[in-house]
Amino acid sequence: MKIDIYDKLTILSDSAKYDVACTSSGVDRSGKLGSIGSAVKAGICHSFSADGRCISLLKVLMTNVCIFDCKYCVNRFSNDIARVGFTPRELADLTINFYRRNYIEGLFLSSGVIQSPNNTVEQMLKALELLRNVYHFGGYIHVKAIPGADNELIARLGHLADRMSINIELPSQQSLQLLAPNKTKESILRPMGLISTKIQENSTDLVKFRHASKFVPAGQSTQLIVGATPDTDHKILTLTEGLYKRYHLKRVYFSAYMPVAEHSLLPSVNTKPPLMREHRLYQADWLLRFYGFEAQELLDEQHPNFNLQVDPKCNWALNHLEKFPLEINKAPYEMLLRVPGIGVTSARRILTARRSSLLDFSGLKKMGIVLKRAQYFITCKGRIMDGLKITSAGTIRALMTDQYQLTSPNPEQLSLFNEPFITREDVQQCLTGQI
Amino acid sequence: MPDRTDLIYAYDGSFEGLMCCVFESYTQKEIPSVIRPPGVQQSLFDTEKWIESDKHKADRVFNSIPVKISPSAQELVKLGFLTCAPHKELLIYHFLRLGFNYGNKVMTMLTDATVCSLQKAVRYLTSESHKFKGFARFSVYGEVLVAVIEPNNFVLPLIAMHFCDRFRSEEFMIYDKTHGMALIYQSQKAELMFVEELTLPEVDGTEAEYRRLWRQFCKTIAIEGRNNPRCRMALMPKRYWGQLTECIVRSSIK
Ligand code: SF4
Repeated sequence: MKIDIYDKLTILSDSAKYDVACTSSGVDRSGKLGSIGSAVKAGICHSFSADGRCISLLKVLMTNVCIFDCKYCVNRFSNDIARVGFTPRELADLTINFYRRNYIEGLFLSSGVIQSPNNTVEQMLKALELLRNVYHFGGYIHVKAIPGADNELIARLGHLADRMSINIELPSQQSLQLLAPNKTKESILRPMGLISTKIQENSTDLVKFRHASKFVPAGQSTQLIVGATPDTDHKILTLTEGLYKRYHLKRVYFSAYMPVAEHSLLPSVNTKPPLMREHRLYQADWLLRFYGFEAQELLDEQHPNFNLQVDPKCNWALNHLEKFPLEINKAPYEMLLRVPGIGVTSARRILTARRSSLLDFSGLKKMGIVLKRAQYFITCKGRIMDGLKITSAGTIRALMTDQYQLTSPNPEQLSLFNEPFITREDVQQCLTGQI
Repeated sequence: MPDRTDLIYAYDGSFEGLMCCVFESYTQKEIPSVIRPPGVQQSLFDTEKWIESDKHKADRVFNSIPVKISPSAQELVKLGFLTCAPHKELLIYHFLRLGFNYGNKVMTMLTDATVCSLQKAVRYLTSESHKFKGFARFSVYGEVLVAVIEPNNFVLPLIAMHFCDRFRSEEFMIYDKTHGMALIYQSQKAELMFVEELTLPEVDGTEAEYRRLWRQFCKTIAIEGRNNPRCRMALMPKRYWGQLTECIVRSSIK
């Protein structure tokens, strides 16, 4: 049976969709005469799929053939599904033709493991070399590094790609052993460390030699599955913080586990994906990256999981009422950021507006600052908001609760209209935690 | 200055013309209550004062902005003119009055109604133009790429650079149906021009095939278990769908 490109695309995008990374951000690169494409640091979303996620890259697998048997994965060896693969030329043609029509920012290439990790990477290299060197493609490329491949091959991939990722998927060694018997912590962390070191060496090379080629200029990212194993939020968040600090990752993505297989060690196939929990983790991730929080301020051994009713920042504020109310006209930027309902843009706007006048509540409203939550935590010119009565901490807690989330089977993902944002991409991909 | 509530300025709709309105108001020491672009119906009894465009006068006003207010105020005014804010002329005019009065400080007066309205309008413009960097869909006709967009704000000047850079070796056209303007890029040169109407030929088989592949990709990449039409709609409102290959219902495009 001859499989045409339409069927290949269907199968290979279907098996790539569980990778939640979808951004095209982190690097600016202008176009060149004789080539096609550029990259934009803020990232660009080209469409949104029915699940509300941003479509920015042609996200496909090179092949869904895999010799490994990770229990949580649709492509696992023991799963009985149709197996296909793109030739490097098919993939390059598809990418260029989608790109010319402005469907995409570029390519996100991953793959099952064919024969061996090295063989797999060689196939991917062929496709990327064709794109970069023959088609002169200057758009964005995100490529997955295959655990277990040689350093030299991984390094070659890195010189063709803008971003690389290696998915950790399971947050602990025990879970890995049980569910991904062909992978070890070492086989994941070693290439991650290699990429991290290479990126740093490259940045000094670039200073020394102006024409040194760039290595993964948009940095590396990873993904953790939430809810497939008993690992707590505390464990996941501490790991995340470590990855930012030790491996200088650009992003850690969380993916609520979608049951794809019946297995005694996995949640049953009827389990709903823990979307709310995933959402709380994204919010906490934002607090780490942009709000100056540390993981230990948000969770500890006694409170290892996020409260599903109250967002992590609100929860922190409620546990630290002694630090409030905060005077809007005096509070430093770092503290403004800790007020529930005030995000980065609001805090910056307050700093700007304070330069020309003393702010009151109506002024804050005019500036587009949402007071629904913030009102309980701030004063303007020493006064709390007119008509506001606070009886007890318990009342405030009740007021801060995201009630709507409890009744809906599909928890709302943030639609961030009244919320400010950092980069548009972060907002638009809908998997964020702006709070 | 006397604030004559019935004073109406009419101008030719160009940015230069608007700067001349500001010039006129300052030299005549009068404050218009309406600044009217061409094509807006006047009511039965009002009498408008025609303000002629004059490059020299316009330059005097425009060049004084960075000096008397700030370079970022000049940028804001330039962008403000591309927005779809109702009465954007008056908004810009009042912003400039404040600016000439308070200087640089006007940029921090975020609680002032004029300043915050103008900034909000410009934020809408810039965010819409960012959207169209992603939402513009080209179709290939022979060697030429053509996209049709329907933005609320006049985004073409803001997205021109991006596409010319990205498709440096291509020839393309982006037609803004709302404003009757097109960006045309040919032999490495870009030009903005008025285009009243555009009729496109039928697409060929290759083009139809790539559209089919793209639609299929967009459908497949969604995870059913996470279906969230509200979130999708919030991020990609319905009014953009008319020109998005992947959102157009099949039967209507053949
Ligand atoms: S190696 Fe990758 S593709 Fe193969 S089964 Fe494991 S997760 Fe799936």
